[in-house]
Amino acid sequence: MQNILIIGATSAIAEATARLFAAKRANLFLLGRNEERLAAISTDLKIRGASSVESARFDANDLESHQGILDRAQSTLGSFDVVLIAHGTLGDQKSCESSVENTIQELQTNAISTIALLTRLGNMLEQQRHGTLGVISSVAGDRGRPSNYVYGTAKSAVTTFCDGLRARLYKSGVHVLTIKPGMVETPMTAGMDLPKALLARPEQIAADIALAIERKSDVLYTPWFWRFIMAGIVHLPEKLFKTLEL
Amino acid sequence: MIMHGWGRYPAVDAEVFAPKTTRELKERIGIPNAGGYTPRGLGRSYGDSSLGEHMVASRWLNHLLEFDRQTGVLHCEAGMPLGEILEVFVPQGWFLPVTPGTQFVTIGGAIASDVHGKNHHVAGCFSDHVDSVDLLLDADRVVRCSPVENPGLFRATCGGMGLTGMILGAAIRLQPIHNAFIDQTTWKATNLEESLGLFADHESSPYSVAWIDCISSGDALGRSLLMTGDHAREGDLRIGRKNRISLPLDMPSQLLNRYSIKAFNTLYYNRIREESVSHHVHYEPFFYPLDSIGDWNRMYGKQGFTQYQFVVPKDTGYRAMSAILKTIVDSGKGSFLAVLKAFGKQNRNLLSFPMEGYTLALDFKIEPDLFPLLDRLDAMVLDHGGRIYLTKDARMSKETFRRCYPAWEQFQSVRHEHGVNGRFLSRQSIRLGLD
Repeated sequence: MQNILIIGATSAIAEATARLFAAKRANLFLLGRNEERLAAISTDLKIRGASSVESARFDANDLESHQGILDRAQSTLGSFDVVLIAHGTLGDQKSCESSVENTIQELQTNAISTIALLTRLGNMLEQQRHGTLGVISSVAGDRGRPSNYVYGTAKSAVTTFCDGLRARLYKSGVHVLTIKPGMVETPMTAGMDLPKALLARPEQIAADIALAIERKSDVLYTPWFWRFIMAGIVHLPEKLFKTLEL
Repeated sequence: MIMHGWGRYPAVDAEVFAPKTTRELKERIGIPNAGGYTPRGLGRSYGDSSLGEHMVASRWLNHLLEFDRQTGVLHCEAGMPLGEILEVFVPQGWFLPVTPGTQFVTIGGAIASDVHGKNHHVAGCFSDHVDSVDLLLDADRVVRCSPVENPGLFRATCGGMGLTGMILGAAIRLQPIHNAFIDQTTWKATNLEESLGLFADHESSPYSVAWIDCISSGDALGRSLLMTGDHAREGDLRIGRKNRISLPLDMPSQLLNRYSIKAFNTLYYNRIREESVSHHVHYEPFFYPLDSIGDWNRMYGKQGFTQYQFVVPKDTGYRAMSAILKTIVDSGKGSFLAVLKAFGKQNRNLLSFPMEGYTLALDFKIEPDLFPLLDRLDAMVLDHGGRIYLTKDARMSKETFRRCYPAWEQFQSVRHEHGVNGRFLSRQSIRLGLD
């Protein structure tokens, strides 16, 4: 039975992934902001087959609180086989453009808090000398686009941090997985006018994540075609790129 | 956002709200609007039952709440898809008590449509296996209804097309199984009389349905393959495969014409040469043959299609069915295959579709001269004391509806009594005078 810690467990992708772990009888420890939703998700996961489910309220931006909660999760689970970091916000790009505070808040939630967690968890996993650190980054981090470059900047920082951390922890037998979802149908993206053909369901993303953990993939584009879409976008010459409404 | 049902006809421009929690849902329902709210599950009703100006999707209300391993009673939220229930509970030895022909419907939708399955003649409708329903009537009013608690509201809600409130969750009784397989036998009937006769011969078989040829006329009118099945004695508790093929785009609608359909029907019917053939099959191909083709509704082209499903009472069954079938065959508009099934007794719900008799369901692609044909079929169904299924409907008239469902006045008075008229509406309900 695997011992699994999920940070940002009420996010749609995290929940769908937790359901797959539950079906395999995992022990789960869930962290999230909304206790009411954590309770509902815990009950659901137990019925689905999880051997045990614990949860705790967690505010990613309260960096001081991190170590205490991570220690508690570790002592409950014994060790971490998989840690999934899935919290985040999809802030309003427009409001960030006119507000330094909003921009910094976005970077704080989507980059700084994640990097803080990765720093602590990296050391914890390095000590236990096994385990997978899965981090939800985004295809948005591959190149800054006018429609969401603040979010993209944060995700780009996370991706770069993971690249380095992966190489460092490789020697200790710890696996770092960077997850780059494309457009996903979640409550976070509800109300956005996204092209239906490109929109993936959280269940599809979750299945890809579970497989990538098993195969010890380094970087996962999910669904797979985003690897090619992003390769195209990254290689567009700047002269052309800056004229596009992407 | 442009939204449509499974038939892709009609389409409406709607606002779709998908609450993450019951609390968010309540806050939203508290805001009145002239068009009312329309509950939406997985959008598998064919016509406009789940369409409205303001649609409320149960997409994220999909948690399991409680499961009793002794009795098999499962309490879950309304947005839970039947397929997910199977995925979780088949490995534990439990199966749905009643299932429609697709697993991509939600519990809320199954109750609101009071769906039936291949075992209707022995097990009744979905609601016959529902212990209770939690129903949101207004921002601050949630009531539980069951056959004993608020029975009037329960009888209106099961089959009530989401017009009595938003279903939040329900307790359903799963049935125990030993394995995930079905012992299936296919029987060949050379005409309608034989087809109906086979249903009578096999009424003790728990599952039965026939695929009927809608192109052949004369002596071969109503020839069919009848499938009967029962939970198998041998096999393991594996769940279905996840990989599916999908139709990536709309097919040109000219692809379906009377020649291609006739060729398909002939091939399908002749795939069985003997009088009967038995197989040991997984539950998925037995119950959900079309689920393996994603977006099969795109087969009928851009204009979409409608499914016409009616039932005629048992005593006039053969006469009615042969007259209606002949009209369909003569029109040359019939679809690939039609589904024929013998229903058991009618339940007490106000708007549930099944009554003791025979039901036929078939697809028609949307084309201008289709509607007069369907109006003619309506008249024939009504003349024989039958009715038309609301879950498939996109076009019946208010007058037809009222003759199909004489309890509609009682249904309306339940809605008035609980103050939900005007708050929960759909494009269909407005068309049918249920406003």
